[in-house]
Amino acid sequence: MAYLKRSPWLIHYDASSCNGCDIEVLACLTPVYDVERFGIINTGNPKHADIFLVTGSVNEENKEVIRNIYAQMPEPKVVVAVGICATSGGIFAECYNVSGGIDKVIPVDVYVPGCAARPESIIDGVVKALGILEEKHKKGVKK
Amino acid sequence: MKNLPLILAYVFLAPFVGGLLAGIDRKISARMQSRIGPPLFQPFYDVLKLLEKENLVARRSQNLYIIFYLLFMVFTGGLFFAGGDILLVIFAFTLAAIFLVLGAYKASSPYSFIGAERELLQMMAYEPAVIFTAIGMYMVTKSFFVSDIAAFRTPLWQYLPGIFLSFVFILALKLRKSPFDLSSSHHAHQEIVRGITTEFSGKALAMIELTHWYETVLVMGIVYLFFTPGVLFAAAMTLFVYFFTILVDNTFARVKWQLAVNSCWIVTIVLGIANIIVLFLLKR
Repeated sequence: MAYLKRSPWLIHYDASSCNGCDIEVLACLTPVYDVERFGIINTGNPKHADIFLVTGSVNEENKEVIRNIYAQMPEPKVVVAVGICATSGGIFAECYNVSGGIDKVIPVDVYVPGCAARPESIIDGVVKALGILEEKHKKGVKK
Repeated sequence: MKNLPLILAYVFLAPFVGGLLAGIDRKISARMQSRIGPPLFQPFYDVLKLLEKENLVARRSQNLYIIFYLLFMVFTGGLFFAGGDILLVIFAFTLAAIFLVLGAYKASSPYSFIGAERELLQMMAYEPAVIFTAIGMYMVTKSFFVSDIAAFRTPLWQYLPGIFLSFVFILALKLRKSPFDLSSSHHAHQEIVRGITTEFSGKALAMIELTHWYETVLVMGIVYLFFTPGVLFAAAMTLFVYFFTILVDNTFARVKWQLAVNSCWIVTIVLGIANIIVLFLLKR
């Protein structure tokens, strides 16, 4: 049924981001954009979350943390990489400590480009992720 | 068994009423914060979604305690609406809450430990007010049975204003709202991740949420007892008290446990004992 779409809970992690995208993610929760109208809650607990919203290019310290958080989330789950740094490393891609994007560590479902990604794009990305979440749920139920 | 229709109504309808109250709470809170807020039925969507998630546990037996939490809460509420002994209702309620605490201890993560300890402190803070409520109602109606209290001819708040005020004060504790939402903050407060509910996911979390709805209906039932007879007036006052707790939730920040316990005890002792002394003197 369509309940995953109506009540997506997210967990947000900053993987060496400059915090620009994080501020935009939190701006989505403010009265101007108010994603709680869609039932979205920013829960800080991976065990309660459906969507993993990651920002930032990844460095060595973050890799284990990202894998850890991803592993703690119960199925079905999706990952949304917010910002160009999370997509491919952004302007930090050439740095010696940067891995260059979340998909080097965990499978990503939706990429939201931008520097910093606009709240509208982030919400659009989350809505796309919800569609993918529904498909994963249906596949899981069929098994 | 007398009141069987009411018991069955509680067992089957309380989740819907409780969930609707939770939805109203989120909507009103959002409007107070200049937001639009989730649809009214959002808590139902949340619980139904949780049933679709994988069941992840830290310890194999932790979910067993949650099943007992739910069962004992339904039993307590059923006992209350059957017109049973209010002292038994109070202590069965405590027993149900202890199962949640045991479940969190069993899950044995630092966050759930702290959440469980805070939950125990919260229970310590509200128990005196709840017990004074039973004592006050006995002094006025000469009965511990909810059926006699509900049938009493004069609204009880006229005899028990102090006790009523102290009950409203600890209502924030029972409903897990600011300033006393120490153990398992409901919306997005992340001080101790999710506190007592940290290690629960999927069906167990859905059961915890469902039990909270049963709990809300039971606690609102106790508030209702202060205003019977007069069904419409009592219902209106109960909803007003609920709205008041939402207002307080949005106005205050969370306090430390020392302030929570101390303020609840001081308010309960001052208002509650003063009320009981006045009643005692009036009866002579």
